[in-house]
Amino acid sequence: MKVSVYRYNPETDREPWMEDFEVDTGGRDLMVLDVLAMIKERDPGLAYRRSCREGVCGSDGMNINGRNALACVTPLSEAAPGVLEGRKPLVIRPLPGLPVIRDLAVDMGIFYEQYEKVQPYLINDEPAPAIERLQSPEERAKLDGLYECILCACCTTSCPSFWWNPERFLGPAALLQSWRFLADSRDRATEERLDQLDDPFSLFRCRGIMNCVSVCPKGLNPTRAIGHIRSKLLERAV
Amino acid sequence: MSIRTVTFDAIVVGGGGAGMRASLQMAQSGFRTALISKVFPTRSHTVSAQGGITCAIASADPQDDWRWHMYDTVKGSDYIGDQEAIEYMCSVGPETVYELEHMGLPFSRFENGRIYQRPFGGQSKNFGEGGQAARTCAAADRTGHALLHTLYQQNLKNGTQFYSEWYAVDLVRAGDGKVAGVIALSIETGEVVFFKSRATVFATGGAGRIYSSTTNALINTGDGVGMALRAGMPAQDMEMWQFHPTGIAGFGVLVTEGCRGEGGYLVNKDGERFMERYAPNAKDLAGRDVVARSMMMEILDGRGCGPNGDHVMLKLDHLGEEVLHSRLPGICELAQTFARVDPVREPIPVVPTCHYMMGGLATNVDGRAIRLSGGHEGEDQFIDGLFAVGEAACVSVHGANRLGGNSLLDLVVFGRAAGLYIEEALRQGMEQAEPSADDLDQAMSRLRRWDASEKGESVADLRRELQETMQNHFGVFRKGDLMAEGVNKLADLRERIASARLDDKSQAFNTARIEALELDNLLEVAEATALAAQGRTESRGAHSRYDYPDRDDENWLCHSVYDPKSGKLGKRQVNFAPRTVETFQPKVRTY
Ligand SMILES: Cc1cc2nc3c(=O)[nH]c(=O)nc-3n(C[C@H](O)[C@H](O)[C@H](O)COP(=O)(O)OP(=O)(O)OC[C@H]3O[C@@H](n4cnc5c(N)ncnc54)[C@H](O)[C@@H]3O)c2cc1C
Ligand code: SF4
Ligand code: SF4
Ligand code: FES
Repeated sequence: MKVSVYRYNPETDREPWMEDFEVDTGGRDLMVLDVLAMIKERDPGLAYRRSCREGVCGSDGMNINGRNALACVTPLSEAAPGVLEGRKPLVIRPLPGLPVIRDLAVDMGIFYEQYEKVQPYLINDEPAPAIERLQSPEERAKLDGLYECILCACCTTSCPSFWWNPERFLGPAALLQSWRFLADSRDRATEERLDQLDDPFSLFRCRGIMNCVSVCPKGLNPTRAIGHIRSKLLERAV
Repeated sequence: MSIRTVTFDAIVVGGGGAGMRASLQMAQSGFRTALISKVFPTRSHTVSAQGGITCAIASADPQDDWRWHMYDTVKGSDYIGDQEAIEYMCSVGPETVYELEHMGLPFSRFENGRIYQRPFGGQSKNFGEGGQAARTCAAADRTGHALLHTLYQQNLKNGTQFYSEWYAVDLVRAGDGKVAGVIALSIETGEVVFFKSRATVFATGGAGRIYSSTTNALINTGDGVGMALRAGMPAQDMEMWQFHPTGIAGFGVLVTEGCRGEGGYLVNKDGERFMERYAPNAKDLAGRDVVARSMMMEILDGRGCGPNGDHVMLKLDHLGEEVLHSRLPGICELAQTFARVDPVREPIPVVPTCHYMMGGLATNVDGRAIRLSGGHEGEDQFIDGLFAVGEAACVSVHGANRLGGNSLLDLVVFGRAAGLYIEEALRQGMEQAEPSADDLDQAMSRLRRWDASEKGESVADLRRELQETMQNHFGVFRKGDLMAEGVNKLADLRERIASARLDDKSQAFNTARIEALELDNLLEVAEATALAAQGRTESRGAHSRYDYPDRDDENWLCHSVYDPKSGKLGKRQVNFAPRTVETFQPKVRTY
């Protein structure tokens, strides 16, 4: 099958380019990461990140046939119709909207900065009990669908609002984490957190386009989380 | 040769659970601390831990007692876990777990609001007399993820200085052997820097990638142990590798022991729940070494499943959709993605898979690296300036077989302990070792060697051969002649790797260079494993030999110590002197 990979080495290339490889998968429905590893054996210079190879570390977010996904848990059969059968090339590009360091490795700096801005940690200055703080299963259930984020950036880099305002719009991943702490019965910084988001850009640039939801490899729903924060902000305004 | 130097009071190499717990402690102390990690910290292998963190917080059972946990851990270790260290871990454990909860870790909960605990293998009540205990604290089946992200968040809050995507190449030692820091390389730019510091903490994790089939992340290449061995430092109990019973057949991806904790069980091709035969009491929740061996016996006796009869099945469907989706959501996802089965309806094909390195750099309870010379017994001497925590260390709380959930506890208990010790030592005026230009030069020699390489074999080919050698010669069952063959193959590989080639010499994000440097470490760890396995002439815990099928307490109730300088295997006493409880005497180990 044909695999078309985005290449850019700042030391030798003036411009990015697409390189085509012919890869023999023997018809097996491999993961895209396996295919990249096969290419890397032939061309060790190919740069991409990977660690867990099971969809939990968030290293290998990339753009596969037009869609952001984790290479390690995307089988060829799901990359795009026809790819597995070799009727269509597998096309791999870096995540869009972030500067490319080399090949498929992007500079995640701004993504992490936006995450840090939401104070992604529990804030509770009340003296802690000698055991754990109690939390009912119902309260804990509010964190499901939020805490599982692996910071892969698939969502944020598919969000048009982020492309246009990467410095000022926090993006879906960071906002999801903001809600993860707002929703935590143990957190005490609700007002402080909301104050920080209460400007025209940080959150309100979200246009509800839902790209983020459709690409999240963990099945999380940043749009809904953003909606919850939005209602809290609006409630406060009246 | 001039090299940029950055100076800290302490550096931590490794951003997994152990490294970030240590760095957090030090960041809170106000000393200048840096954390160096070859991946962004939340991409460390700890993120993959599923089932939970075992600790007697007496939530599921208000009577639970850390001494019971201690008993189980000593027994699980097949009696070569150090009892003083195990006592420390089990007794301090609850405090560290509560700390994690206060930091925000989203543990699952019981109705009464306390932390959810599930049954795990090898856990009992009342010193083995009271039946199965539920002692493993869990955040669904994503405990490692929850723990690692929580620690990262706390490090952010406390201002730890991160060097993410920096790769530690080698230790820098002053002429007198004191550790002065590390040489590290920025993956993004290729810049090489000397991180100079009074304390250097190795928290580099495991090395499962020495085997071709492993549950471990691709980055688990044993760099810390490799760097120490290259510097002539010894490693302890390296023959002790845990094979986890339930790696997904053909993929190596793990499904947690929590599956069996929640009521799942293993069946052979006849649909028989065979663990009832091997471990009548604990059944599927016997020690991991016992379960893994039983599975292999079933397979070798022709009762394996599938066209090649090379795996068994993990049955979960009887637990019902609701339990599976609420307690084991990640497992359902992994089973569907890799094995392409839905555990709600079908069993998962599983096979024992390399999972955890019980051995590592010998340390005391404070994480201080111990210097041993071959055959040494008695007082410990320390390597000034060097510490180790987590899977890279061998403190030793796991001995010959780790119990499920005890690694995460080990990470946070000893990460914290090392942090506390270093903080105090820095206050007391711990000194900075001063390396000479030659010392620095020596620490750079590996980089130079790869950058000068032109011909030779490729890194990928050599790595594959190394992994296959370990898989075929040092697996679940071991045999003298087979191991001798493996040792020869590794000696041959050592020569070939020394003259292997790196094609890509560029600077920016050169992952080929990183993989080459990792290969050197894989070799060091593989060789230490092989020679230690060959040397220990008995069967104990995870180390199981056809030619020496029995445990030999007379000769081997001790740690093995591999000395890389001589290639010889020495012995070191196990600690049998806990401080507050009576010693647990070795017994025959049955489940
Ligand atoms: C699939 C799976 C599930 C598991 N589930 C459980 C469980 O439920 N309960 C339990 O107790 N245990 C579990 N374990 C075991 C446990 O997860 C690990 O033993 C533990 O996470 C190791 O943590 P660590 O901090 O020592 O190292 P790691 O988390 O592996 O971190 C190592 C760190 O070192 C860094 N590093 C390594 N080399 C270098 C270098 N040269 N330069 C710079 N940085 C470097 C890496 O970047 C990384 O940050 C599981 C293991 C696996 C494989
Ligand atoms: S819903 Fe909002 S955050 Fe998500 S992609 Fe659309 S604009 Fe971006
Ligand atoms: S919300 Fe989903 S897509 Fe976005 S960073 Fe988290 S895991 Fe990735
Ligand atoms: S390699 Fe970890 S998510 Fe893909």
